[in-house]
Amino acid sequence: MNIIVCAKQVIDPEAPPASFKVEANKVMPPAGVPPVISPFDESAVEAALKLKDAKGGKVTVLSLGTNLLRDVVKKPLSMGADELVLLEDPAFAEGDSYSIAYALSLAIKKIGAFDLILCGRQAADWDSGQVGLGVAEILGLPSITLARKIEVTDSKAKVERINPDGYDVIEISLPALITVSNEIGAPRYPTMKGIMAAKRKEPVVWKPADIGADPARLGRRAKLVKLFQPVREGKVEIITGETPEEAGAKLALKLREIKVL
Amino acid sequence: MPDSKGVLVHAEIADGKLCAIATEMLGCGRKLASALGQELAAVLIGSGVSNNAQEAIAFGADKVYVIDDPTLADYRTDAYVSVMEKLAKQVTPQVILLGQTSTGRDLAPRLAFRLNTAATLDCIALDIDPSSKRLLQTKPVYGGNAQAVFTCDTDPQIATVRSKAMSALPQDASRKGEVITIAAGLDASAIRTTVLNKVKEQVAGIKLEDASVVVSGGRGIGGAEGFKQLAELAQALKGAIGASRPACDSGWVSDACQVGLTGKLVAPDIYIAVGISGSSQHLAGCTGAKTIIAFNKDPDANIFKVAHYGVVGDWKVTLPAFTKKVKELVSG
Repeated sequence: MNIIVCAKQVIDPEAPPASFKVEANKVMPPAGVPPVISPFDESAVEAALKLKDAKGGKVTVLSLGTNLLRDVVKKPLSMGADELVLLEDPAFAEGDSYSIAYALSLAIKKIGAFDLILCGRQAADWDSGQVGLGVAEILGLPSITLARKIEVTDSKAKVERINPDGYDVIEISLPALITVSNEIGAPRYPTMKGIMAAKRKEPVVWKPADIGADPARLGRRAKLVKLFQPVREGKVEIITGETPEEAGAKLALKLREIKVL
Repeated sequence: MPDSKGVLVHAEIADGKLCAIATEMLGCGRKLASALGQELAAVLIGSGVSNNAQEAIAFGADKVYVIDDPTLADYRTDAYVSVMEKLAKQVTPQVILLGQTSTGRDLAPRLAFRLNTAATLDCIALDIDPSSKRLLQTKPVYGGNAQAVFTCDTDPQIATVRSKAMSALPQDASRKGEVITIAAGLDASAIRTTVLNKVKEQVAGIKLEDASVVVSGGRGIGGAEGFKQLAELAQALKGAIGASRPACDSGWVSDACQVGLTGKLVAPDIYIAVGISGSSQHLAGCTGAKTIIAFNKDPDANIFKVAHYGVVGDWKVTLPAFTKKVKELVSG
């Protein structure tokens, strides 16, 4: 089976919160912290590789952006994906969920035959969770979000979709688009063989003209008015004691004193 | 859509009642509708939901559209997008609000794409710009490290709303409103998913979202064994167990315990964070708590930036002493 995974390069969400800076409505990349593949997109890669393990087939990864670091965007290849297609152009830089879903769907049409498209449930930067569903809508595909397990049989997939009380088991006809959550299981580590293979593999790079993108549709519908860092007031009272045990007990007494307990 | 008018709230129903998020959105929707000088409508979608129309009116709706059909009993993307599209084209609202729930986050983006407009998900503030009269949509981004304000020039302007971010109006049973029934008109063959089974993974004890005390553990707990000590404290305080994403991903506790941006959003009276460093995505789920207490060995841990009280040290030593004293105090 043919699977296409959309994976995005983002600022490392695990970077120390203190290194996070906004200037002139833009997030400044933290110094010395390289970008990563958005963690939920790595979960989507993992889901694709699990299906490939079970059923065989080909996994093509599609990444869109600017300044895509090859060492970063090649990670899915080193995990076991087969092909990498990059949509890399400054014209993609100012996009929102609408223009990005448009560009990805054009690229997917150009890639051709597929049974399944997988995306992360949301990206670690804008936490939007819209691009996958947008691709499904543009391509006229059925979709399921928040998958924690995917099984494929013939022309259907059985998907466990997370909800606050547990999960629903949903059957969907293929081809389909599914967004994946971290509950799918930890993404596998790249193997030495995978890393070597990824090194040798050159990604296919497409520009807007290669996918026939209408420049007018690469603009934004959602206009960013303001981006700011909320102020957090650090007013913690640290309870101390002669021993750690005493500190713990004193905290309980303090909470009783202020009637929290 | 020319001449779009009004605010429309998709009000979800569970266990025969409007969900809390629905009443919160009606409260917020009322405010937006007043600022626009327009009407507030609610839409109820499901099977056997028409009885809830008066409840939606009591919480602030002027009009309630009811789309009641057995095919809509379970949430299915194709079916719900289709009936919402039909309603939006008929009613032409200027603003549509949905909950940031498993339904709303699935429905809103597809609906926005279908209607050639834009959606903003997980909003924590919604206001009408006084000069442009457009909807200002504020949402946390970068895992809560920043907040972004978006607008959109096309109607309907669609937003999903985070739970507990808005206030419901007091229920007023004497309010009057109009109830309009709309036929679903669905073509069953165009619904490409089937719900085979619904599995409940309820954690024993008090429901996390409803608990007045939450005791949460993170990476620093180190294993499933450590969570037993957290459970002992939670039991003494009649609270629930929570966890950060790394603790869930490691399999130490059920995924249903996850507190944070992609887990549950809790707002208890007391939130006790043990061995949790305080990543922004975790804090997004717990900063609504009245009192936050942190146990962490690292005095510079981010959790202390939001905590009210804290103890620095090895939780394996400090927490049992705390629990012991708490037990004495609550029993005495």
